[in-house]
Amino acid sequence: MVPLSWYLLLSAFLFASGVAGFLIRRNIITIFMSIELMLNGVNLAFIAFATVRHSLNGNVFVFFVMVVAAAEAAVGLAIIIAVYRTRETLNVDRVNLLKL
Amino acid sequence: MMPVATTFFFYFLSIIAVVSAIVVITRKSPVHSALALITTLLSLAGLYLMLYAPFVAAVQIVLYAGGIMVLFLFVIMLVNLEKAQLEERFNKQWQVALIAVLTLGALLIFIFEKGRSVFPQTVTNFPENTNTQVIGLLLYRDYLMPFELASLLLLVAIVGAVVMAKKRV
Amino acid sequence: MIPSGDYIRILPEIVLSIFGMLVMVIDPLLGENDDRKSIGVVSAIGALLALGATFIMAGHPGEAFYNILRVDDFAVFFHVVVILIALACILMSFEYLKVQEIRQGEYYGLILFGTVGMCLMSSAIELVMLFVAIEISSISTYILAGFRRRAAESAESSLKYFLLGSFATAFFLYGIALMYGATGSTNVDAIAAALRQGTPVMAYLAIALMMVGLGFKVAAAPFQVWTPDVYEGAPAPVVALMSTGPKAAAFAVLLRVLFGTAAPGWFWAVWIAAALSMTIGNFGALVQTNVKRMLAYSSIAHAGYLLVAFIAVRNMEQGVSAAMFYTAAYAAMNVGAFAVVSHFASAGEKYVSIEDYAGLGRRSPVLAAVLTVFLLSLIGIPITGGFFAKFYVFRAAVSSNLIWLTVIGLVNSAIGSYYYLRLLVMMYMKEPQSEESVPSVPFAAGFAMAGCVVATLYLGVFPNRVLQFAIESARTLVH
Repeated sequence: MVPLSWYLLLSAFLFASGVAGFLIRRNIITIFMSIELMLNGVNLAFIAFATVRHSLNGNVFVFFVMVVAAAEAAVGLAIIIAVYRTRETLNVDRVNLLKL
Repeated sequence: MMPVATTFFFYFLSIIAVVSAIVVITRKSPVHSALALITTLLSLAGLYLMLYAPFVAAVQIVLYAGGIMVLFLFVIMLVNLEKAQLEERFNKQWQVALIAVLTLGALLIFIFEKGRSVFPQTVTNFPENTNTQVIGLLLYRDYLMPFELASLLLLVAIVGAVVMAKKRV
Repeated sequence: MIPSGDYIRILPEIVLSIFGMLVMVIDPLLGENDDRKSIGVVSAIGALLALGATFIMAGHPGEAFYNILRVDDFAVFFHVVVILIALACILMSFEYLKVQEIRQGEYYGLILFGTVGMCLMSSAIELVMLFVAIEISSISTYILAGFRRRAAESAESSLKYFLLGSFATAFFLYGIALMYGATGSTNVDAIAAALRQGTPVMAYLAIALMMVGLGFKVAAAPFQVWTPDVYEGAPAPVVALMSTGPKAAAFAVLLRVLFGTAAPGWFWAVWIAAALSMTIGNFGALVQTNVKRMLAYSSIAHAGYLLVAFIAVRNMEQGVSAAMFYTAAYAAMNVGAFAVVSHFASAGEKYVSIEDYAGLGRRSPVLAAVLTVFLLSLIGIPITGGFFAKFYVFRAAVSSNLIWLTVIGLVNSAIGSYYYLRLLVMMYMKEPQSEESVPSVPFAAGFAMAGCVVATLYLGVFPNRVLQFAIESARTLVH
């Protein structure tokens, strides 16, 4: 059997690669996909903990994370379309965003 | 219960997940990234099944891989892709980002190694056939209020999406 | 069966949701050329009724819906603050929406729905509930930031707010996941009980990640980068809302999660965040030429002052009550300042640079006087709410031996007064650039400004009643 910490390592990897994608990419849609990657890392951690703890509360939490991810996707993609209409670009530098 | 098979499937699925996650954040074309993300989502659904969470696995496929990702692809098709292809892929702060991510990753690994002793080493058996039933009971009893509130959240999202995407102001 | 008392404990939220849907239904029923002020009036009535419902709710303290939320004095306090903020923003939007030609039904609907989320953030004791409530308030404000559809910077501000907000949410969620792994529960009380048994290493990281997420929401340094750009692009009344409402609610969450769970190991993290926020906020504001950007940096600085109250751990009641008082005072003065800014900005938000305020004292003495009250309060001059807010925070810090942080805070207050005074000098000492008369303040916006002036002065002259209430509710929070 696979020890639990392997699942957690995988979840940490997914989360960290999402963070990396968010920080280095310039295309807005890819940045948004990186956020989805982070959320999936979160979900895997929840499920792994729920299995170990023998409580299904973690599964319910994942359910809510997915609902929120769906809502965020709808709103976020609508905002992306609105920005694209005004600027004709999906590059964050061009939309003058994330001036760090 | 066949331990060999589960071990094999864990490595198989997690390698797919890791590789496609890297593809998501490195490919130039958003379409390739989206397809790789779908692959990650599907392999995660497999891992959920191995963690005795069939309901979440089903929702993952139907809602995430099916619904959300289709929305992504739809928007990618809507905007001008040729132009996006010509743009620079990464921004200038990638060194800073790399350091930040490595720190975060190291921190997480360190904590998990430390926390290892707290948890049983292996994932134990877990009643699977009542999984959906128990989740249903939890959702409609203990978590009734957030469940109802989620409908308000979706209403806000619908209104917001319509307002933002509408052409005529 | 759910006891009927549970429904009374969410009565303000029910009222707000019903009115939010109502205004969206009324909007299409009106003809193309009808006066749309009635929509605003209906939503203002909704907010007033919700305020009344809060007082009914206050009479029924206790847990509701299987330990999902808890109504106590702490929750009532933040309900009142958040609903009053929403009411003031609705009132100042009447004229603004017409001038900027913004669609109304959805605008008011989203303000009311967002308020539901903020209210529930202060009463939720289950992290699932907390998460959904945070998302409702966040998603509404993401969209509200993009409502000036004719201006490209509004959509950009919405996008930036959205991306960084979701990024922060993911961190918050990972924190919850680790907390769930470390303690086996997502209920604040159960987490507190588990942490009392002993603190697993994972809990430290969980708290750190949750604080990163909430740090973004309250715009505390080093997570403040989004604030100036977002505040610059968003409509002014919306900035009034999002610089106070979600922040107040997020501070409520921080208080409940940090103190309610007696979470470990956040002392130095908050210490550094507080010092950084104060310094970055005040120095950033010094060089701004746009009033909205200046107020954005000032809001970062004020988040820093507020965080000082968090680490006054020696005397938790004093610290928590100082933080609550600061939230209320900051809400009053900041909403008021943005009410003036949004009225003065005119069509397309033309007049938002500091030079535009030259000679305002002569062009519109009343408007200038009102803004003066708020600026003096933001500096922290006596007889305004800002004075006692800072006083209580630093008193709590001194009594917990946080001498260095107090010194940093006081130096920063001195630096901060410079840029507020610069605006005052501009209004009273400089010649006006244009002789164009400032449009007279309409009734609703005037009412909102007057309300904020009264609140600011009330907190500055009779702070005791509010402080007493804050201390009592702090006592229920810190067992």
